[in-house]
Amino acid sequence: MAINWPISPRRLRELGVLGMNQRNGEFIAVMNARRYYPLVDDKLLSKELAVEAGLQVPELYGVIRTTHEFKGLSKLVGPHEDFVIKPANGAGGDGILVIDGKQSDQPLVYRRGSGRPIDMEAIALHVSNILAGAYSLGGRPDVAMIEYRVKFSPLFEKISFQGVPDIRTIVYKGYPVMAMVRLPTSQSDGKANLHQGAIGAGVDMALGRTLDGVAHNAQVLLHPDTHAPIQGVEIPGWQSLLEMAATCSDITGLGYIGVDVVLDRDLGPLILELNARPGLSIQVANGEGLRHRIERIDRHMKYLDRPEDAAERASWSRENLAPMNL
Amino acid sequence: MSMRRIHLPFVVLLLTVVGLSVAYYKFSVLGFPLTPDRETETWTVEAQIAVDPGQAPASVRFALPTDPPHYSLLDESYVSRGWGLTSQSANRQREAVWTKRDPEGKQTLYYQATVYRAEEETEPSPYPGPADPPQLEEPLKSAAESFIEEIRAESADIQTFATLLVKEVNAAQPHENIAAFLKPDATETERTRLAIRLLAIARIPARMTHGVTLTDEGRNLRPTTWLEVHNSRRWVPIDPRTGGLGYPRNFLIWWHGDRPALDTSGLKGTELTFASTRNLRDAVETAQLQSSIVNSRLIDFSLLDLPIDSQNTYRVLLLVPLGALIIVLLRNVIGIRTFGTFMPVLIALSFRETQLLGGVMLFTLIVAMGLVIRFYLEHLKLLLVPRLAAVVIVVILLMALISIVSHRLGIEIGLSVGLFPMVILAMTIERVSIVWEEHGPADALTQGTGSLAVAALAYLVMVNEYVTHLFFVFPELLLVVLAVTLLLGRYTGYRLTELFRFRAFKTLAQARRPDSSGPGAPGDKR
Repeated sequence: MAINWPISPRRLRELGVLGMNQRNGEFIAVMNARRYYPLVDDKLLSKELAVEAGLQVPELYGVIRTTHEFKGLSKLVGPHEDFVIKPANGAGGDGILVIDGKQSDQPLVYRRGSGRPIDMEAIALHVSNILAGAYSLGGRPDVAMIEYRVKFSPLFEKISFQGVPDIRTIVYKGYPVMAMVRLPTSQSDGKANLHQGAIGAGVDMALGRTLDGVAHNAQVLLHPDTHAPIQGVEIPGWQSLLEMAATCSDITGLGYIGVDVVLDRDLGPLILELNARPGLSIQVANGEGLRHRIERIDRHMKYLDRPEDAAERASWSRENLAPMNL
Repeated sequence: MSMRRIHLPFVVLLLTVVGLSVAYYKFSVLGFPLTPDRETETWTVEAQIAVDPGQAPASVRFALPTDPPHYSLLDESYVSRGWGLTSQSANRQREAVWTKRDPEGKQTLYYQATVYRAEEETEPSPYPGPADPPQLEEPLKSAAESFIEEIRAESADIQTFATLLVKEVNAAQPHENIAAFLKPDATETERTRLAIRLLAIARIPARMTHGVTLTDEGRNLRPTTWLEVHNSRRWVPIDPRTGGLGYPRNFLIWWHGDRPALDTSGLKGTELTFASTRNLRDAVETAQLQSSIVNSRLIDFSLLDLPIDSQNTYRVLLLVPLGALIIVLLRNVIGIRTFGTFMPVLIALSFRETQLLGGVMLFTLIVAMGLVIRFYLEHLKLLLVPRLAAVVIVVILLMALISIVSHRLGIEIGLSVGLFPMVILAMTIERVSIVWEEHGPADALTQGTGSLAVAALAYLVMVNEYVTHLFFVFPELLLVVLAVTLLLGRYTGYRLTELFRFRAFKTLAQARRPDSSGPGAPGDKR
């Protein structure tokens, strides 16, 4: 078997692949002012901002700020049998508890996303862990959000295993740069986390159609669980999805963000969360570096006589940043 | 913009230059050693002046070593009970003067000096001008002049001239022309004096020096006389007995000139003897003493002046910046992932107590057992802070248990865990378990191994005795560490691990864009 040698830094630079140090030093540090970080790190705040800007988000049922308030959980959830509990300042998707439905009423036992039962005591413990800061950056005390559980659209059904696939878009100075769909697999335990073996599939910016996938940094053509081809799934309402992403950049004031969107069966695209330090795997998923696209945006903006609105920016990206145009 | 661009390189350059030049000054001028455990040879020389006082008030004037070549004076002391003591300097020769109104009985005055041999060249000294020829009567004058002519014919330069001349003066059968100048039983000093007079006829400046040949445990040493001629650049020592060049290796020059070291009044008799002992002294200590003599301001800010236990703290503390730099290198340039940013440095510090292998085993053991406990505590459904506290308690119990068991088995590594950072370990266990639950065991193991590897590497650097010594004696080198860290802060190139992470691009880039010819595709040009 041939040894899989590392790629040379020169070749990587030619391909415009962004490295971690460059992302941190030249993009995040320069374009994302510290004072705006809470707007994305605190999911309560970003949800509020998104709603003000008229963007669709999963509905917030309530917030638990103290262990004492946990008693009011059933009142917060109301008639909903399924919901999600997550830390407002969670890092890297840690500490999210998905409740799928009720297992039994007396005693009250819920069912987790994975199908396992979970009683009220266990839910209370999870909430208290969230409040104590077990999942937040730096272990700071946190609050727990209870929100609508997304009923994911059948669009990606054939190419995902359990869990909720989401669409990550990187937005640079308000222009969508690159997008990918994160598809859960059995290996990733139904989570849309590339680290754990979820598949990242690049998205053609012009058409909103999936390209081939990548898992563990290697190319994947078929989903390992469903064996369906990953390529060629067209995301409906691509233009409006890109417009949503572009708007998120405006409302947070951050010049370099990742916008995570889920497709709901009934409600369409919903903004799940924003990320001020989006990962770099999106480049592998698209088989392309971010830098050349970013340079094109910079050149485009230099010749603008007025700032463009979100819709214009989304259109420009679709016309100019599709792979075939490069 | 350009101001900002040169700002950092300027700061980096400044820090590096200041750090390195201070260190260089301390090394080259003050003699601080670059390597540990270097010992320098120091000598304790004692002059013993036995005096036999008479009835009158006594005074003893004694020449002291003054800036002796090849040696540095580190310390001196006087023992002279009941005598008045003043020291003075006349004609570039230091002197001690002891006085007493009514001395009774034989007594001994002591002067003790600690010197250390500095391996340095003799400095050039200005030419004092041609010597004045002595006034001589005929026929002595002609005899001396023809003797000089004869020697000059045989010699090549001032040195060989002086050597030949000294040999003639000491010959068993003196040359006929100088026999008249010499008594058959002339002493060494008289022969040296004659050599100086003859050299003066040739207008060569020459002088007498006196010193002691230092021997270990030497007792009753007598001063020896030596001859120095000036070769127009520097004073060249010549053995007045053999004409040989140079001083013996352990010759300490005590005084210059044609006069005795002692000048007394009111005494019936005196006797001057020397004693010497050789001792090895820590090179750092010697350098410190020397810099206090040179009166260097730098040394006022030295860590070596602190009390010993604070010194020991700083020996460890000064290594933390180096550990931090290693972390920066491994994380930002290599790209190793670790638990907590500086946790590995703390682990590495604790390895100093346990040694590497023992430390790694202990760390692995405690974290593994702690994880088992942590997963058990998970079942008890405890709140976060009590759970952390419970883990700390269990970790300490585990450590006590390991110590007892290993002691029973006769392995002593378990005993030296004093500094092992229990709280850090407990936090690490908590972090590992969260990563384990949320991202799977593979991620937890990768990060755990990464942390341990980084800690081991940091330990190996920090425990190195050369490194420890260098940073303790030259703490200004931390400025260089700071400079390198600042420079790395601007490193935006790829991390080594990214070359592996992105290696799919070797084939991916072509696969996705069959029509384009790679990076030079149209539209990509500026």
